[in-house]
Amino acid sequence: MAEAALQRSGDGAARLALEIRGLQAWYNESHILHGVDLDVREGEVVTLLGRNGAGKTTTLKAIMGIVGKRSGSVAFNGRELINLPIERIARLGVALCPEERAIFASLTVKENLFLPPAVAKTGAMSVDRIYALFPNLRERLSSGGGKLSGGEQQMLAIARILRTGARFLMLDEPTEGLAPVIIQQIGRTIAELKREGFTILLVEQNFRFASTLADRFFVMEHGRIVDAFASVELEGRMGFLHETLGV
Amino acid sequence: MTATVDASAATDSTGRNRKANLIAFAVMALLVAIAPFVAYPFFVMQALCFALFACAFNLLIGYVNLLSLGHAMFLGLASYVCAHAAKVWGLEPVSAILVGTVASAALGLIVGALAIRSSGIYFAMITVAFSQMVYFFCVEAPFTHGEDGIQGVPQGLALGLFSLSNPWILYVFVAIVFLFGFLAIQRIVNSPFGEILKAIRENEPRVISLGYRATLYKLAAFTLSAAFAGLAGATKAIVAQNASLTDVAFAMSGEVVLMTLVGGMGTFYGPVVGAVIVVSMQNYLAQFGEWVTVIQGVVFVACVLAFRRGIVGELAARAKVTL
Amino acid sequence: MTLFGHAISMPALYGQLLIGLINGSFYALLSLGLAVIFGMLQIVNFAHGAFYMMGAFAAYFLLTLTGLDYWFALILSPLIIGAIGAVVERLFLKRLAGFDPLYSLLLTFGLALVFQGLFQNYFGASGMPYSIPKQLAGAWNLGFMFLPVYRGWVIVASVVVCLGTWLVIEKTKLGAYLRAATENPTMVRAFGVNVPRMVTLTYGFGVALAAFAGVLAAPIAQVRPGMGADIIAVVFAVVVIGGMGSILGSIVTGFVLGVVEGLTKVFYPEASNTVVFVIMAIVLLVRPAGLFGRA
Repeated sequence: MAEAALQRSGDGAARLALEIRGLQAWYNESHILHGVDLDVREGEVVTLLGRNGAGKTTTLKAIMGIVGKRSGSVAFNGRELINLPIERIARLGVALCPEERAIFASLTVKENLFLPPAVAKTGAMSVDRIYALFPNLRERLSSGGGKLSGGEQQMLAIARILRTGARFLMLDEPTEGLAPVIIQQIGRTIAELKREGFTILLVEQNFRFASTLADRFFVMEHGRIVDAFASVELEGRMGFLHETLGV
Repeated sequence: MTATVDASAATDSTGRNRKANLIAFAVMALLVAIAPFVAYPFFVMQALCFALFACAFNLLIGYVNLLSLGHAMFLGLASYVCAHAAKVWGLEPVSAILVGTVASAALGLIVGALAIRSSGIYFAMITVAFSQMVYFFCVEAPFTHGEDGIQGVPQGLALGLFSLSNPWILYVFVAIVFLFGFLAIQRIVNSPFGEILKAIRENEPRVISLGYRATLYKLAAFTLSAAFAGLAGATKAIVAQNASLTDVAFAMSGEVVLMTLVGGMGTFYGPVVGAVIVVSMQNYLAQFGEWVTVIQGVVFVACVLAFRRGIVGELAARAKVTL
Repeated sequence: MTLFGHAISMPALYGQLLIGLINGSFYALLSLGLAVIFGMLQIVNFAHGAFYMMGAFAAYFLLTLTGLDYWFALILSPLIIGAIGAVVERLFLKRLAGFDPLYSLLLTFGLALVFQGLFQNYFGASGMPYSIPKQLAGAWNLGFMFLPVYRGWVIVASVVVCLGTWLVIEKTKLGAYLRAATENPTMVRAFGVNVPRMVTLTYGFGVALAAFAGVLAAPIAQVRPGMGADIIAVVFAVVVIGGMGSILGSIVTGFVLGVVEGLTKVFYPEASNTVVFVIMAIVLLVRPAGLFGRA
């Protein structure tokens, strides 16, 4: 069924940015991912849906290489990542904005923003554009990273990966715990990034937020993809989604 | 159904453990009994003192996961105090040993009270620093006689009855002290108190949330460990008839770690096996001078990298028992 | 002037203050190296004293075997010993990642035994003389006391290297990587930074600081196999007093405790060996995480 959805949706001409086949992942002894299949086309926004503990965050981390052990295949722009160390994967232009945001408290906002090294010669967003997208950050450049509000932390976490030239962004629950007005701002930013041709893999609990942004959806349960569909098919899936996600 | 199976499996493994420990203890007791006939008795007595020292150290690292890198202070201080009590105060050996043991227990209580709130590497550094302080104290205090140490400690009449200058009586005496210390430590570890210590090692916040004052338990364990290390040091002073800076020096703190590591941390018999190995190594390699230190260092590194369970730990894991 | 029944002469006071500052220079360099290593590797480098000793010996060998003098040694010895440190990290410490940090500590402890034993084997307990470079011979008359030029140089060199290290860590991009990796190494890797290599280099750098201190010490004390073991316990006490949380804290604590120790020699000489440990005990009672540490 998932394969069928992949065939039907989109124009079919766009190149695959990410192609995951049979991805399994473990933390210590616990087996979290049991064979994930997932594709993301270039320029697409794809959203991973699923209950807590379904394996969404682990999928992002497994792509990045941040799990104890992984197997299967993760191809990024045709390049196999499964045996590469974390930093090599990042250098290929894969960027992660983690759920906990991971702003460094011992660094200033400016140091946080400029910390990630450039991974590509082109495609990076200029600092001026970043300040235009997130005006609050500019005012807080000399503050300590630990002193930011949740919304500011989230903006900084997104901003710092835009500067590097990475064109494939993985955003893990970017709206979690934020005020509606900030959520809107983040939504506008993601839409903007999509217009600029960034490829985005989004994990989101906020189903309404995701439904306005995503081209396609994948639904996870127990460490596997159980459904995949395009945004036009969303209406028809509401019943199923209610059942699986409890949304 | 599953519960019953689990329960019987548990009884089974307890039974196996009891049996294995019974065999291990019998073998050890037998070896202690025949050792003076096959090896130089003085050497065996030294080894038994170090074995007790290592068991005392293991009480901390093996069951509370606290690494003390200054345990020589307890061995050395008790050794000095016992030697002084026997020679200058003229106490009979058992009382002198008790005085030395109490002195180390008191030192353990003080150092423990200051160090126990830290853990891990911090704790290790603090113990190093305190043991260095005790070392300086022993260099400078008048009663320890500095570089000379206390020589010619009388062995005297234990309890006024048994002349310890008779090598056979002395051997029996040391063997009794060792077996008493060994069994006492085993008893402590297997007691409800020991169970709480092990629980603290596994998950300290949880033990605290259950209402136990983990710090007090750790302090008690530290003091007990210091006391048994003191017992070993004091007995050694009577055996060797001297107390010197060697026993309080940093190198000694390292040796006891090595003994325990080689034999197996967190096993009852490991420290004994390790102590015998390290003491023999020193004895037989003495002709190579400083190479002994190098070899000890290499064994250390090899154990840490590839043999973390130690000899007894490895045997126990293969036989699926706790020794 | 008398205190505790000792007659205090001003020249003696200045003299001990100077010795205190010199000792403080070594404490600061060594505890700074330990702090840098601790930040990245979360381990205490028990081989630090051995590396300090090897730094001094490297200077001695450079002079006797290749004729390279003090000034070359000041650069080359930290590089050589630092490289040995990096190899140690790569070969041994990396394998223990993921285990209880106590194993790494025991490993460095074992290595210290190996290094120290090797040198003791060849040089015994005796010391090798290493003379003061001629540019730094002599003494300045400061009016109230004579300051041997070399001792003044040790203090200046230590202050410069310590502050330089602090500036690099607090104010540069490289330092930002270090601080970030101390907090969350995985995330820094996920940005494309080769953190494992950084860890190796950091260990090498911390070791190089110890070797640098060793070269500075060579003309003051004799070059002896036991020189590291003698100083390291005091340095640990300094680190415990300062707390592991702060780079600047380790530098300041090093110098201050050196001076305190020097002053104790003037006012209450019996306690001069133990004063640092007594201070440690007091600090542990009042602030278990150390003066600059984070609880």
